[in-house]
Order: sequence, then C-alpha cells, then structure tokens
Amino acid sequence: MPNSSIPTSAELIQSGFVRRRKWIARGMKTFLFLCAALSVFVTTAIVFVLVRDSWDFFANVPLFDFLFGTMWTPVFANPQFGVLPLLAATLQTAGLAMAIAVPFGLIMAIYLSEYARPAVRETIKPALEMLEAVPTVVYGYFALLVMTPFLQGFVPGLKGINLLVPGIILGIMILPYVVSVSEDAMRAVPNSLREGGYGLGMAKWQVATRIVIPGAFSGITAAFILGMSRAVGETMVLAVAAGQNPNLTWDPREGAATITAYIVQMSLGDVAHGSIAYQSIFAVGLLLFVITLLFNIIGFYLRRRFREAY
Amino acid sequence: MSTTTQGALSAATTNQTAFDAVRKAKQKDILFATGGLVVMALAMTLLLALIGDLVIRGATRIDYGFLTSYPSRLPERAGILSAWVGSLLVMLVTAFLAIPIGIGAGLYLEEYARKGWLSNFIEINVSNLAGVPSIIYGLLALGLFVYGFSLGKTILVAGMTLALLILPIVIVSIREAVRAIPRIIKEGAYGLGADQWQVMWSYIIPAARPGILTGAIVGLSRAIGETAPIITIGALTFIAFLPPAPVTGEFPFISFAWLNDGFTVLPIQMFNWVSRPQAEFHVAAAATGVVLIALTFSLNGIAIWIRYRLRQGYRN
Repeated sequence: MPNSSIPTSAELIQSGFVRRRKWIARGMKTFLFLCAALSVFVTTAIVFVLVRDSWDFFANVPLFDFLFGTMWTPVFANPQFGVLPLLAATLQTAGLAMAIAVPFGLIMAIYLSEYARPAVRETIKPALEMLEAVPTVVYGYFALLVMTPFLQGFVPGLKGINLLVPGIILGIMILPYVVSVSEDAMRAVPNSLREGGYGLGMAKWQVATRIVIPGAFSGITAAFILGMSRAVGETMVLAVAAGQNPNLTWDPREGAATITAYIVQMSLGDVAHGSIAYQSIFAVGLLLFVITLLFNIIGFYLRRRFREAY
Repeated sequence: MSTTTQGALSAATTNQTAFDAVRKAKQKDILFATGGLVVMALAMTLLLALIGDLVIRGATRIDYGFLTSYPSRLPERAGILSAWVGSLLVMLVTAFLAIPIGIGAGLYLEEYARKGWLSNFIEINVSNLAGVPSIIYGLLALGLFVYGFSLGKTILVAGMTLALLILPIVIVSIREAVRAIPRIIKEGAYGLGADQWQVMWSYIIPAARPGILTGAIVGLSRAIGETAPIITIGALTFIAFLPPAPVTGEFPFISFAWLNDGFTVLPIQMFNWVSRPQAEFHVAAAATGVVLIALTFSLNGIAIWIRYRLRQGYRN
C-alpha cells in the first residue's frame, strides 16, 4: 500500500487495523471502568480494615464498656477502654466550631449571595478557596502558639492546652467550606422567587430572610452538617492544641484528647502491631467513621433533595 | 365632613405609613449589608493577621542553611532538607497515581457509564469518600498497605495513601471539565468514524486539559499539607538522611530504590517542632509553616488563574 493513497476500508480490515482499534477501545473501556470501580474498592477496604482490627478489640473489651465507660487508659497495667472521654472532647470541639461557623457562615453566605456586587464576590470566593487550602497543621500552630496565649489574657483559668481555642480555630477553619456550600444553595434559589418578593414590595433583607433562606433551607442545613462532619474528623489542630490526655470534662478551658488526637498519639508512639493498644485505634477509628458517615449521609440526602426541588 | 376629604385624609395616612415602612426597610437593608461586610472583613482580617503573624515570626528564619540542613537537636542548626525532599518525592508518587486514575474514573462516569444502579452506586461512593476524614485513610493504609501488603512505612505507601485521599477531588473536577466540552466536538469525531477511545484520547482529554490540570493542582495542594494520614502510617519525625537519588550515574540511570525508603514530610516536621517546648523550635515551625503556605497558595493561585483563563477562552 503506497503511502500517498488513502487506504480503503477493505484494506484497513485486512491489515488488522480495525480489529486492533476495536481491542484497544475495549481494553481502555475496561481500564476506565476499573479506575471508577476503585472508589468502591476503597470504601470496602476501609470498612474491612476497620472492622477486622476492631473485631479482635471487641473480643477483649465488651461493646457496652467501650461505649459507656468513662475511663480511657489504654497503656496502664490494667487498661480501661471507655470511649466517653474521647467522644466528649470530640463533640465539644465540634460544637464550639459550629457555634462559630453557623452564625458567621450564614451571615457571610447571605452577604455574598444577596448583597455583594459580582466583582466583590469574584474576589472573595477565590480568597475563601485559598484559605480552605491552608494546611491544618498550620491552624494547629495558630491555636497553640498564637490564639491561646492571646486569649489567656481574657479568659480566666484558660490552660495552655485547652478545648476552647481549638474549637474556635476549627470553626474558622470550616468557615470557608460552610460559606461556599451554603452560598451555592442560596444562589440556586430561582430568581423568579426573589422577583415575586420584590413585586410584593419586600426589601432586600426581607427577601433574604423570608424567601432565600427558607428556599435554600435544606441546602444550608447540608452545609452545616457537612461542616460538622469535617470538624469531627479534623485531626491536626486537636492533636497540637487540645492535648493528648484523655479527660472527661465539660469545661472547655481544660485540655482533653479527642478521638483523632488519640489515634495520632498512638501512631507516634509506634505501638506494637497486634497489641490491644494497636487494635484500639481501629476501634475508635470505626466509631469516628460511623459518626462522620451518618453526618455525610444526612448532608448528601439534604443536598440532593434541595437540588431536586428546583 | 364629606366623603371625599375623608378619602384623601386616609390616603395621606396610608402614604405616610408606607413611606415609613419603606424607610425602615431601607435602613434595615443598609444595616444588613454593613453587618455582612463587617463580619466578612472581621473573619478575613483575623485570618490575614494569623498568617501575617506566622510570616513575621518565621520568614527571617528561612535562609539557604534552613533549606539545606537536616533536622537537629540544636534549634539554630535545624533545617527542612529531608522534609521538603520527602514531600517532593511523596507528591511525585501521588501525582503519578492520582492523575491517570482520576482521569480514567472521571471519563468513565461522564462518558461511558450508562445511567443505572452501578454508575449510581459508584457516584455515591465517590462523594462519600470525599467526606471520609483523612485520618481514616491513614488507618486504611496502616492496616492494608503497611501490614496487609507488608509494604512498610515507605514513600510509596505515603504516596498511595494521599493518592486515594485526593482522588475524589480530582474526579469531581475532571468530570466538570469533561461535562463542559461542547457535544459538537464529540459528535464531529464520531461522525468521522472515530471509535469511543479515539474520541476520548484525541478530543475529550485535550479539550479538558485545563480542567484536568486545575483538578490535579488543587488535589496536590491538599495532599502536600496533609499530616494525619502520614503520621498514622508511621512516618518518622527525625530523618537525617536523604533517600537514594532517583537518577543514577550508571545504567539504567533511573532507580526506584527511593520508593522503599523511610521519610518525613514538611507538615510532619512542622508538627514535630510545634510540639516541642523550646521557643526556638517554634520559630523553625513558623518558618516551615511559611514554606507550606507559600506552596499551597501558589499552587491554588495557579489553579485559579488557569480557571480564569479558561473562562476567558470560552467567552471569545
């Protein structure tokens, strides 16, 4: 076949070109499917690993003692595995974070979606995105070495290691995420609804609070729940600034290890593979996974329902 | 009083109340707008102040010696050589794995998958994985890669872990990029007799290149700051050596021995220094933080710039 002429289809079939292309297309399709299926494999592997190592743990520690015990002393001679101290610290810091992120996030989202001029929005949104990218260990540094010494001048009895400051920092940390998800939800409310409000003589703030917020309610709730899930699973801020000492307390001025901080502490100590201390990090990891999974499922459900509404 | 005057009077009062209501509403509007602006400015100022404080404390510590020294027990001699080399090598593995797999999964979900329970299931999985805390990925890697596959606490394992972690981010942005490509490009190629893979390889992937790049950069910028999963798989905090160089003097010139080496990364180095009591180490931690923030900000800046350019491109 001379180079200058265009091959006919009969020649192409004969030379095996068509068959080769068909096999390549088929092979690539399988490869792409495997890439996509990897996500299913990862989810399965996470559940498998967490359950397998927790299984041995719960063979030694009754589930009831684990969930309702108030002492967490994994490396003592007579170890106790009551997860409540870790759980209480986790929920306290996440709650503090939400106390910051919910009001501020809502106000910022309303401002961005309803009041800000497009030029302002186009500047602030990328800035928020940049802030989302700040490594969490840097926020840990802020909490321990900047905010805590600063707040010690105002809050009497605030210890150098405490739950209050990491909670506040966590709130600031998830703020960009909460703002961008709830702002998306508000912007998705159709303009015809807003215009209906203006037609009835409503002012902008009335449209915002009586039409946009109720209209975007499930989307906004989803943003808060997904933010909460992030706060619960956040690690480095707490490992740095909330301390590594399991401590069942409701006083946020004191330090207490969270679930994530405990996992970090054990990993740093290089625990022996197969020991009960090793298994315990998988048991608390499983608990953390279940909690965040619940939040995520509720969040995704609300978000999806919201998308279907418009 | 005649009925007409009564009507005019009541009209005047209604007018007055209406005016008052409008004025009040307008005042409240201004209050709302200023309130929003103040909260926004407050949050931004706080964050900028924190970052500024970090830069002021840390920037002077960054010099040639800091970048070319190993960590040390003496704070004034400590540097981040092994940390940034470790970060670089781990990112290499992560990018090498996450980008092709992310493109593959994104293309499959967007172009190949038929709407059905399977593609739905995979989609739910991807969005769920995006919400799994990073430390859980660390536990997965510890149980599966380190002990299950006996790969040890190596650069390879860290790269694999972070690749899994950023995969959902990469997939989402690749899907968005693919979705934005006009149908006409695809249909033209099919019309000329191209098969599905030829269309993907010659048209869809090139057209989606800016989106793919953005997704990859944003994913890597997240990976570079991740600390928790790397601690969990047991990265060391004190490393005073470098892994073997990937390029060697003799044949075959490329060595993969570094994949199986112990390592540390920038965020772990920073964590280690933050946790020490001496103030001199805190300065070193601040300096490492400055390096980290500079890295993530410039990566994200590039991504935002590409997206901006892309939007301009569509407009023309």
